[in-house]
Amino acid sequence: MPSQRPLPGRIQPAPEGFLDARQIEAVRKGRRGFLKRAFAAAGGAMAGAAAAQGAFKGESEILELPEHSRGLGQPVAARAYGLPSQFEKGLQRRESPGLTRVSAASVSFAPLQGMFGIITPSGLHFERHHQGWWDIDPARHRLMVMGMVKEARVYTMDDLMRLPSISRMHFIECGANTGMEWGNVAVPTVQYSHGMISCCEYTGVRLSTLLDHCGYDRKNGKFVLAEGADGSSMTRTIPMDRALDDVMVAYAMNGEMLRPENGYPLRLVVPGVQGVSWVKYLRRIEVGDEEWATKDEAVHYIDLMPDGRHRQYTSIQECKSVVTSPSGGQTLLDKGYYNVTGLAWSGRGKVKRVDVSFDGGRNWRTARLEGPVLSKCLTRFNIDWTWDGRPAVIQSRAIDDTGYVQPKINQLRAVRGTRSIYHNNAIQSWKVSETGEVGNVQVF
Amino acid sequence: MSRSSSFLAAMAIALALPVAAQAPFPGIGRAATPAEIAAWDIDVRPDFKGLPKGSGSVAKGEVLWEAKCTACHGTFGESNEVFAPLVGGTTKADIEAGRVKTLVTGDVSRTTFMKVATISTLWDYINRAMPWNAPKSLSTDEVYSVLAYLLNLAEIVPADFVLSNETIAGVQKRMPNRNGMQREHGLWDVKGKPDVRNVACMKDCPVSASVASVLPEHAKGAHGNLKEQNRPVGPARGIDTSDGKAAPAAVAAVSPSLALAQSKGCMACHAVDKRVVGPGYQEIAAKYKGEAGAESKLAAKVKAGGVGTWGQIPMPPHPALSDADAGALVRWIVSGAP
Repeated sequence: MPSQRPLPGRIQPAPEGFLDARQIEAVRKGRRGFLKRAFAAAGGAMAGAAAAQGAFKGESEILELPEHSRGLGQPVAARAYGLPSQFEKGLQRRESPGLTRVSAASVSFAPLQGMFGIITPSGLHFERHHQGWWDIDPARHRLMVMGMVKEARVYTMDDLMRLPSISRMHFIECGANTGMEWGNVAVPTVQYSHGMISCCEYTGVRLSTLLDHCGYDRKNGKFVLAEGADGSSMTRTIPMDRALDDVMVAYAMNGEMLRPENGYPLRLVVPGVQGVSWVKYLRRIEVGDEEWATKDEAVHYIDLMPDGRHRQYTSIQECKSVVTSPSGGQTLLDKGYYNVTGLAWSGRGKVKRVDVSFDGGRNWRTARLEGPVLSKCLTRFNIDWTWDGRPAVIQSRAIDDTGYVQPKINQLRAVRGTRSIYHNNAIQSWKVSETGEVGNVQVF
Repeated sequence: MSRSSSFLAAMAIALALPVAAQAPFPGIGRAATPAEIAAWDIDVRPDFKGLPKGSGSVAKGEVLWEAKCTACHGTFGESNEVFAPLVGGTTKADIEAGRVKTLVTGDVSRTTFMKVATISTLWDYINRAMPWNAPKSLSTDEVYSVLAYLLNLAEIVPADFVLSNETIAGVQKRMPNRNGMQREHGLWDVKGKPDVRNVACMKDCPVSASVASVLPEHAKGAHGNLKEQNRPVGPARGIDTSDGKAAPAAVAAVSPSLALAQSKGCMACHAVDKRVVGPGYQEIAAKYKGEAGAESKLAAKVKAGGVGTWGQIPMPPHPALSDADAGALVRWIVSGAP
């Protein structure tokens, strides 16, 4: 270990062999001042510590066999539906305090800071409910397709699950994701800045299969309305060309049925389009010749522009990315090597490339994209980084297969102002201080 | 018969059947009945397609408003207690122009009437989703009445106005932000043109010298202890933002009484240990401690609703709550909601 002066805040992984139980407890309680003293006393180097305290024999984790190596473990099906490890309690969906007043009309954010790959575990999928969630009996759920069709039809879940099924992986992002940061930095971690995004494998029926089955009006049927069965009866307009393209009526997510918080037993999947259009508890599809201007396309989910007008029917989630580790609210363990990782996506197609900067956008390197790279789906990227202990500003910049380059926040503001709330796909900056603490900043 | 000729014969029969072309999935789904379509086809469009016949006066709307809407929206639609205010921020000049001027100039909190361009949106939404805890419980005339009252609060219609399927088109012409929407943007179509252009510069790129914005010091702990929102292993740890305060106790299993309160929607406005919209349950327990007949009095109040004991935000009535559930909830609350 090179000689170094431990800085307050930086975490020094201590070889527990040279700390006694009381000292270890003090470290666990986060009294880092103790560490500083301990390292100062020990000369700041392991060799010095070993010399001062006797030869280092090894770690107790290795020298003393733990109980799980010496006893009998739990039986199968002890937990009929599996649960995460007890040590993973920190990674949960959480509300942002003060964002909403009532929890039945609120949002919970996915803990991106601790997630891997591109699939969101069903229990960590972000939530947005307008009037509370329900657990609906699938045997009593119906889907009606009506309006400008030859024959209005009713489908049971039995019917829908007999039809030709497809499985597709797609991201779902709330139009207001990162909305708190249009004006300035407002939240501490990537969970709250970007956590209204999730990505799952959905299974269901193409909406076009149902529209064809009912004989939709090919000449005048220009739009469809999707409507939920819950109290809010959420409604959104979808243009017919989108509806016929890759929109799905999904009953399954990540290999099991949808979770109740995500619309069990039926939801719409509208790839590339903001989450509000992915109507949960889907009960009705109407074919029509005009848009509906529903509450969530005439009062909310409208983007206020500098000229005082609102953009209506903004839907597509443009190309965006964020570094998830390290990210705001974390402290790096020490100087040295890190696999910097993050997520990129585009509502218009595939991610073509992701560049990462460690100096606030002056110089960039291209990251490794992990496969599979799919259209309108999260893409995981990784890049090597050796932290030298000096302050750094980490950014990522995604480019999609249309050639569109993820913009800086000042470029977005120049066109859209700061009051839009929705569709903030700006480059995110994380500042690493010399203590190793990572904070949310805006640099452009 | 050879295999191919039997296939051809089957094809001939299939082609002769009139339904073959239209029903590629035999046995899947059935025709919807007219009554079923009528029951669910509730949407109302800006051109008023779907708007049912009916009417309601401002005066009738005011009575309904006081009974069913003030808890969340305030007497004058101004409340920011639960949801953003509905009314305010529009002027007579805005009604003339059809554009809300403060949207151009101010960084003001936006009310519903400052934003909405189409009156059909309000009719449709009130009809499908209001009141918040009892959606779809208003009759058609009640929806007209409540909307008439709101329009009067927004000074769009006079106090003696009657809103109906015949007068609503005239009101549309007075909506303060009716000309305030724009559709010329690239975010509706998947092939739309982006409005912001960045270039993928790789080396010595131009950047501003300073950090433009950082998280304010006071906001660092506003989301709880970040140490507990990260993993205990890996390349980083969460920063301890507990500020020396002890970590909150692990979440206890939900008691049956709390589960009942959650399932009946009580916890949307109440919490056990603090005020949300209404008083905290421990606060209520302290107030009624030792009072004879408190349980039956409170059970009646829960069902009938009320205002004044804890402030001016009324509690809406809960007529659908059974006597048994109301009793169980109140017993739990006056015992301090353990």
